[in-house]
Amino acid sequence: MSVDTVATAPSAAPARPPSRRRRPRSREERVWGALRVAAIVVLALVTIVPFVYMLVLSVRPIAEVLLEPGRLWVAPSEVTTDTYREVLTPVDDGGQGFLRYMGNSALVATVTVVVTLVASILGAYAVSRLSFRGRGASGFLFLIVYLFPPILLAIPLFVLFSQLSLRGNLLALAIVYVAQTVPVAIYMLRNYFATIPVSLEEAALIDGCTRLGVIRRISLPLSMPSLIATGLYVFMIAWNEFLFALLFLVERRDNWTVSLGLSRLSGSIEVPTTVLMAGSVVLTLPIIALFFLAERMLVEGLTSGAEKG
Amino acid sequence: MPARTDTLARQESRLAYRLISPTLLIVVVVVVLPVIWTISLAFQDVRLINLRDAGFFGEYVLDNFATVFGSSGFWSSLWTTVVYTVGATLGSIAIGLVAALALRKPFRGRGVLRAAMLLPYVAPVVAVTFVWSVALNPQFGIVNAWGTRFLGWDEPVPFLSQRDYSVGLFGVDVTVPLALLTVIAFEAWRYFPFAFLFIIARLQALPGELDEAAMVDGTSIWQRFRHITLPQLMPVIALLTILRFIFTFNKFDDVYLLTGGGAGTEVVSIRVYEFLTARTDIGAAAAQSLVLAGVLVVFIAVYLRTAAARGETS
Repeated sequence: MSVDTVATAPSAAPARPPSRRRRPRSREERVWGALRVAAIVVLALVTIVPFVYMLVLSVRPIAEVLLEPGRLWVAPSEVTTDTYREVLTPVDDGGQGFLRYMGNSALVATVTVVVTLVASILGAYAVSRLSFRGRGASGFLFLIVYLFPPILLAIPLFVLFSQLSLRGNLLALAIVYVAQTVPVAIYMLRNYFATIPVSLEEAALIDGCTRLGVIRRISLPLSMPSLIATGLYVFMIAWNEFLFALLFLVERRDNWTVSLGLSRLSGSIEVPTTVLMAGSVVLTLPIIALFFLAERMLVEGLTSGAEKG
Repeated sequence: MPARTDTLARQESRLAYRLISPTLLIVVVVVVLPVIWTISLAFQDVRLINLRDAGFFGEYVLDNFATVFGSSGFWSSLWTTVVYTVGATLGSIAIGLVAALALRKPFRGRGVLRAAMLLPYVAPVVAVTFVWSVALNPQFGIVNAWGTRFLGWDEPVPFLSQRDYSVGLFGVDVTVPLALLTVIAFEAWRYFPFAFLFIIARLQALPGELDEAAMVDGTSIWQRFRHITLPQLMPVIALLTILRFIFTFNKFDDVYLLTGGGAGTEVVSIRVYEFLTARTDIGAAAAQSLVLAGVLVVFIAVYLRTAAARGETS
C-alpha cells in the first residue's frame, strides 16, 4: 500500500492543480464540495467540543455554572484551580483523594503492561516464526478471547475472587487485565515480527545465537516502535477499564482506580460537578497525552490488515 | 537425514510451546476455565449466601432458565439490547463512512483533525459518559441551556431520565424512546472513530484507475460513489458491522454509566450485573449471560466465515 502511494503521488501532484483550476468546477462539484466542508466542520465540532466543555467546566466556579450553564468559554479573571486542589487532596484532608486513585491506576496499568508485553513478545514470536502443532488453534483461541465480552467473565471471576478473598486486590485485577489484553498484543506484535527478514535471524542462528538470543538481539530492537505502540495501547485499556474495577474494588475505597472513583462520586450530590470535571480532566489527560505521542504507530498497529482484501 | 530434521522440528515445536505457555496459562486460568464454570453455575441454584459451597459439581437444575425465560423483564431487555445494538452499529458505521469520505483527500490540518477524531474512542469511558450526562442535564447542562435559548424548546429535555417523549412532528404527536435514543447516539459518537479508521485505511488503498475512467465517461460524483467506491468498501463495512455488533451486544459500561439501566435502557448485560450484585442470584445471572453467549457464538461464527471469505477473494 505504501509503495502504491509513493509511486503515484509525485507524478499526480504537479499535474492536477493547474488542470483543476483551468476547468471551472461544475455545480455538482460545488455542491459536494460544500457538503464535504460542512461534514468536516460538524465532525470536528462534535468530537472536540465535549472535551473543551470538560476543560472549561473544570476551571469555572460552580456558582457561575449554575447561573450561566450555556457558556462554553471562561473569562481569565474567573478561572479557579480550587476544583483541582479539592479533587486531588487526600480524603482525610477533606478532598476527594484522586491523587491516590491515580497512583492505583498507574500501578495496575504498569503491571498489566509489563506482564502483557513479556508474555506477548514470547507468544507472538512463537506464532509468527516457529511451526508447531496447535498454532492455528491457539490463534483461534486468542481471537475468541479478544471478541469475548467482559460481562460474561464477570460472573465466574466475581465468584472466584470472592471465594479466594482476592477482591480489593490490585494485582489480581491486573492479572484479569493481562488476560484481556494479551490476545490483542500478540496480534499487533505478530504482524510486526512477520515483517522482519528471516535471513537476519538465520544468520544469527548460524553464528551460534540461541532463539532467545535472536528475540533479544534482533526481533526486539527492530520492533521497538511496535512494542511501544502495543505497550501504550495496553496501558490505555487498563487505565480506562471500568467493569472489573467496579466488581472487584468497590468496597475498598483506598484501592479505587481513577475511573471507579469518578463514577462512584458522580452519583453523590455532595461533590460539586466542577470538582468532578476536574477529576475527568485528570483521568483523561494522561491518555490523550500518550495517544498523541504515539498516534501514528497506534493507528498502524490497529488497522494493519484492514487495507487488504 | 530425515531423523535429523525430525529432531530439529521437534526442538522447534518444544521451544514454541515453552514460549507460548505463559500466555496460554493466563488465558486458560482467567478466561477458559471461568467460562466453563459459568456454564456449570447456570445449572445450579447458587446465591451469594451459599456461594461458599458452590463448586463445579453441584445439583444441576434447570430452574434458572425457567426463571429467566419466564420473566417478561428478560424478553423486554433482550429487545432493548437488539434495538440498541442495531442502532449503535449502523449509526457508528454511517458516521464513520461520512468521516472517511470527507477526510479522503488531503487538506490543511487533516492530520490533526484525523487524530482529534479518534478522541471519543480513546478517552476513558467514565470521563466521556460523565461529560455527556452533565451536558444533557436539564438543570445546568449546556445542551438544554442552548436548546431553550436558541432553538425555542419550551422546557428542558430530560434526555437520560425519561423513557418516552412525545414530539410534535408535522402536527402529529409521535412518542419516541428518548433515553434509549440518547444512549444509541452516545454509542454512535463514541465508536464512529473505529469505523472511520478501518474505512479510511481501505479507501486510501483503493486503486484510482476505475474512478478516473468513470470520470472520463462523464459520470456524476454520486454515481461514482454508489457504483465504484461503495462496492469496493462493502467487504470492510460488512466486517465492521459484525465486529461492532459483537462488541455492542454485550456492552455494559456505556449504558450503565449513562442511565444505570433506567428509563427503558436496561440491556441484558446490565440485567446480568443487577442479578449478580443487587439480587445476588448468581445462577440466574449466569443463565442470562449464557443466552448472551449463545447469540455471540452465532455472530462470531458469521465473523469467521466473513473474514475467511475476505481472505480467499483478496
